[in-house]
Amino acid sequence: MEATTVVGVRPIVSHGLKVERALRVKLRAEGVSMIFTRDSDQVRVLDNISLEVGEGEFVCLLGPSGCGKSTLLNVVAGFISPTQGQVRIGGESVHGPDPRRIFVFQERGVFPWLTVEGNIGFGLSKLPKAERTHRIAHYITMVGLLGFEKAYPQELSGGMKQRLEVARALAVNPDMLFLDEPFGALDSITRLIMRGELLRIWEAERKTILFVTHDIEEAVQLADRVVVMSARPARIQGVVNIDIDHPRDISSRRYLELRDGIFEQIGLAHKV
Amino acid sequence: MNSLAQPMKWEKYFWPIFAALLFLGLWHFSVKWSATKVFPSPLDVERGTAELVSKGLLARYVSDSLQRVAWGYLTAAGLGIPLGLLLGWYPEAAAVVNPTIQMLRPISPIAWIPVSIVWFGVGNLAAIYLIFLASFFPIVVASMNAVRNVPSMYRRAGRNFGLSPAKLIAKVVFPASLPQIIVGLRIALGIAWLVVVAAEMTAIDSGLGYLIIDSRNSGKRYDLVVAAMILIGLTGLALDTIFRRVEKLKSVRWGFRHEF
Repeated sequence: MEATTVVGVRPIVSHGLKVERALRVKLRAEGVSMIFTRDSDQVRVLDNISLEVGEGEFVCLLGPSGCGKSTLLNVVAGFISPTQGQVRIGGESVHGPDPRRIFVFQERGVFPWLTVEGNIGFGLSKLPKAERTHRIAHYITMVGLLGFEKAYPQELSGGMKQRLEVARALAVNPDMLFLDEPFGALDSITRLIMRGELLRIWEAERKTILFVTHDIEEAVQLADRVVVMSARPARIQGVVNIDIDHPRDISSRRYLELRDGIFEQIGLAHKV
Repeated sequence: MNSLAQPMKWEKYFWPIFAALLFLGLWHFSVKWSATKVFPSPLDVERGTAELVSKGLLARYVSDSLQRVAWGYLTAAGLGIPLGLLLGWYPEAAAVVNPTIQMLRPISPIAWIPVSIVWFGVGNLAAIYLIFLASFFPIVVASMNAVRNVPSMYRRAGRNFGLSPAKLIAKVVFPASLPQIIVGLRIALGIAWLVVVAAEMTAIDSGLGYLIIDSRNSGKRYDLVVAAMILIGLTGLALDTIFRRVEKLKSVRWGFRHEF
């Protein structure tokens, strides 16, 4: 458990030099527990979770389906308040959602009644028109939706909708992104492409990312650190530093070592 | 032709027209063969309609009925949609008001006729009130349920972008529930059109409902009765067609199961 209070150290590659730099703490969850009451039964979903995420860090929360990792993400995002404990981001304690931290939903959370432009511009209504138009155009290009400005989400493929949602989140220039199994509904080829796109965007914009997944490969491909969670009630079972530079060779020895280590930690023999 | 084959362009129009003509033919020959003196044939009805047109009554009656529906229905929509949105948004308020609404809802608008006459006298206002009542409850209930069915994901996304509660309703909850509200509006318009005829039969001396009751009472003009019935049907069809157009608007079409 002590591993959970240590902030990750991310190797940064600059001009071919590998620099190790301690990260400033961006997010700190302290003793977060969550108990839901259903039909007079009390269900403990999160059990005393403490976690720190560094500024600009990419952290994956990994655990079996239904373990409560999405609940933890919703607590961190401020959509639900924990039964016990608290979450502090940038020193302030979290009491509700905030445009500085955008949540990207598991299912497609884009607004079907708005066009691609309308969706990306949704959080920008306070900006002057010229600035808004500029930002919309910028993020449409960034996520590769050029030519689809006037299209409605129902005219887009699943992968395009997911990119649109990421663009909508990035457009308000948040410091943090919370992604809740964002690629879960996509086919495996699109999913691989989307992971690459997300990493490209992350390298360009250096947001702090908290990414929930139940896919071990996905976690090892994306994260600086993988937080492995147990089945319900979710506890932090261990934290794995992924000390491989991007782009990652997913058949390298280190990659397989880390991946199999997590398989073991979860208690799965890596055989079908 | 198997069911997967695309129908030819002419077939799209040919078969519905064929069915309508078949119906007219059956009607015509049933009247001929039964040698009825009372029930009109399609040709009698056609002559009756021409008579209404030449007297200038047809356009006036249709427009009178439509105006009553417009007043009652638009008032119901103007009050019912905001009320439904609020009740959907505040479940505590809905829990208080809903039993009363559900009790009033199954009362047929026809049952309100005597009350409406007491309140508004014999005239336009009574009819408009009946139409209002008939469309108000379906609109409120549809809007309320529409808001309740908005996925929490959309509301959370809206809050995440820093929207105030008022903006959240205007920019997220309302557009998200609009497809279902439109379904409610369409059902309500159908009911309003049913009720206007009944209202005009009792308290008023113009409109299509009045035409029916008046044609029967003054000289058993069943050709005019049937002409009025057909006009009611055609106008109702036109109103519904307008609504189907609205459902195809791109900002609401996502909420309907239209084939691509």
